Amino acid sequence: MTQSTVPTRASGGPLADRIFGFAAKSAAWLTLALLAAILLSLTFSAWPAIHKYGLSFLTRTVWDPVQEDFGGLVMIYGTISTSLIALLIAVPVSFGIALFLTELSPAWLKRPLGTAIELLAAVPSIVYGMWGLLVFGPVLAQYVQTPLQTAFAGVPYLGAFVSGPPVGIGILSAGIILAIMIIPFISAVMRDVFEVTPPLLKESAYGLGATTWEVVSTVVLPYTKTGVIGGIMLGLGRAIGETMAVTFVIGNFNQLDSLSLFQAANSITSALANEFAEAGEGLHQAALMYLGLVLFFITFIILSLSKLLLAQLRKGEGSKT
Amino acid sequence: MKNVFSSSFLAAALGALAFTGVQAQEITGAGATFPAPIYAKWASDYNKLTGVKVNYQSIGSGGGIKQIDSKTVDFGASDMPQTDEVLKSKGQMQFPTVIGGVVPVLNVAGIKPGQLKLTGPLLADIFLGKVARWNDPAIKALNPDVALPDAAIAQVRRADGSGTTFIFTNYLSKVSPEWKTKVGEGTAVNWPVGAGGKGNEGVAAFVGRLPNSLGYVEYSYVKQNKMTYAIMQNAAGHFVKPEDDTFKAAAAGADWNKSFYQILTNQQGKEAWPISGATYILMHTKQDKPANATEALKFFNWAYANGEKAAADLDYVPMPPAVVGAIQKAWGEIKDASGKAVAFK
Repeated sequence: MTQSTVPTRASGGPLADRIFGFAAKSAAWLTLALLAAILLSLTFSAWPAIHKYGLSFLTRTVWDPVQEDFGGLVMIYGTISTSLIALLIAVPVSFGIALFLTELSPAWLKRPLGTAIELLAAVPSIVYGMWGLLVFGPVLAQYVQTPLQTAFAGVPYLGAFVSGPPVGIGILSAGIILAIMIIPFISAVMRDVFEVTPPLLKESAYGLGATTWEVVSTVVLPYTKTGVIGGIMLGLGRAIGETMAVTFVIGNFNQLDSLSLFQAANSITSALANEFAEAGEGLHQAALMYLGLVLFFITFIILSLSKLLLAQLRKGEGSKT
Repeated sequence: MKNVFSSSFLAAALGALAFTGVQAQEITGAGATFPAPIYAKWASDYNKLTGVKVNYQSIGSGGGIKQIDSKTVDFGASDMPQTDEVLKSKGQMQFPTVIGGVVPVLNVAGIKPGQLKLTGPLLADIFLGKVARWNDPAIKALNPDVALPDAAIAQVRRADGSGTTFIFTNYLSKVSPEWKTKVGEGTAVNWPVGAGGKGNEGVAAFVGRLPNSLGYVEYSYVKQNKMTYAIMQNAAGHFVKPEDDTFKAAAAGADWNKSFYQILTNQQGKEAWPISGATYILMHTKQDKPANATEALKFFNWAYANGEKAAADLDYVPMPPAVVGAIQKAWGEIKDASGKAVAFK
């Protein structure tokens, strides 16, 4: 055998290539097929409720398993408001953590601190839920809610915003617990993407006399925006889908009496977890399935919005001189 | 002749024993979470004794009903009895295993267990939000000697669908017409007020943590967590404490010979605890796998005869002996494909 100068294909040849190509392609298609199957089976199981209520399900606040009368607004409101509160708290904090770890932290602290944050992400959600119920809830009621209620008593709007029984469970506690849960996710992703910013770019900026904040805001953030937004979306996805921790601290109350932060409420996942096991065949189960479908669409809309946001940001690139 | 029969029976029994010794039988059941601890205890004791493995999955009563309907398990379990018509249409039968009580628990500074008296209509008014403060005249009138605080009642109830909620709301529906029309009964209802805890442990934790709260839990949680319970006025007008004897009294008042569809709330009887209920096993009357049905019935038969201590240790109340007799009689309905009653001894 003479040695060929032309590099040959690895042993196996075109057949192995084709098999691999097929396997990769079918794996990708499988994901799509699964998505379609989930959507289909959810719609199918939810059909009795869809048929009966149509889109009015989204605006009805009644949830009465005994009379078999259902509406999803209470849970939809709970899911969206708790996730929003969680993001409002978690994004700035995570950004601070990532910034500190990549730009400000002394080298010896970086590794233990980074590991600690990653460990936090591995704490099971039920632990956060129990902690929220047994420790955080009473503290929130005693030191935050009661003083706020005394301070805002009689003030229109603001007073209503903090009204409710001082039990320390409700929208706000659920939002805060969720924030604590998603901070490790968002900050870990942010730190990783901040770290991949080429040192050359940063050093050039520093060389031009930029402060740390200027480097971060004009070099690091624009360079890593896709990753940062991806990290935030990951956190939001976790917040929206979180079940166990939320069900412990949200109060599971299916009435929308007030928009108070301290009002016990319910979320889609919490309602599903609590009621699915005992829901009989028929409209109750279909209504729960409909809620699942709504959750599916909320996630879908959020994903689309984040893609849109990224596209918008990309369009702006290079226009500023 | 009789001798021949009994000896052949003995031989068959020995043979069966030898058979189980070689190949361990396994039966599966699924359903209610409330009796899961006692079923697990019975199963482990029974396994040590006979080698038969009883695999019970506590997935909730609704799940248990679904599983037995689709015949994926040998027996289903539900806290909510099925009506005789429903059972007949599905070709199933049910029998009660243990009795439990649902108990109002509270957390008010200065009030000791058993000190507060409540009536059914008053309890319904509290959970309707009509009686909203502890020093309401209606509560005061019943408890002239108790120092009641001027504070809002924080109502706590189950968030998840549960047999406990069914028993509680069934009772409130029986004693309060307003509750019946406004809320009704079920494993999950549209609560007008109150925060929901997940599971008995969730409600127990809420009530334990929240000052001035009132909730309801299974009796075993009251005992294990040493919670402050209220005493209730029963249908006969007596105030009774939640304890084994008053639950048994509630079970004794029901007419088990007619039907096992007995909801033990608001029972007549001087000593009867008004918010009691039994938990049930569901089985198909026509068995595709009679061998498994036999093993399941043998297991429950053993449990009725020998499981009393385990039940008492875990704060469940076993069925009274008279009821066990009625249950054994009812097992005659469970037949194999040829129409022969399945053995359980």
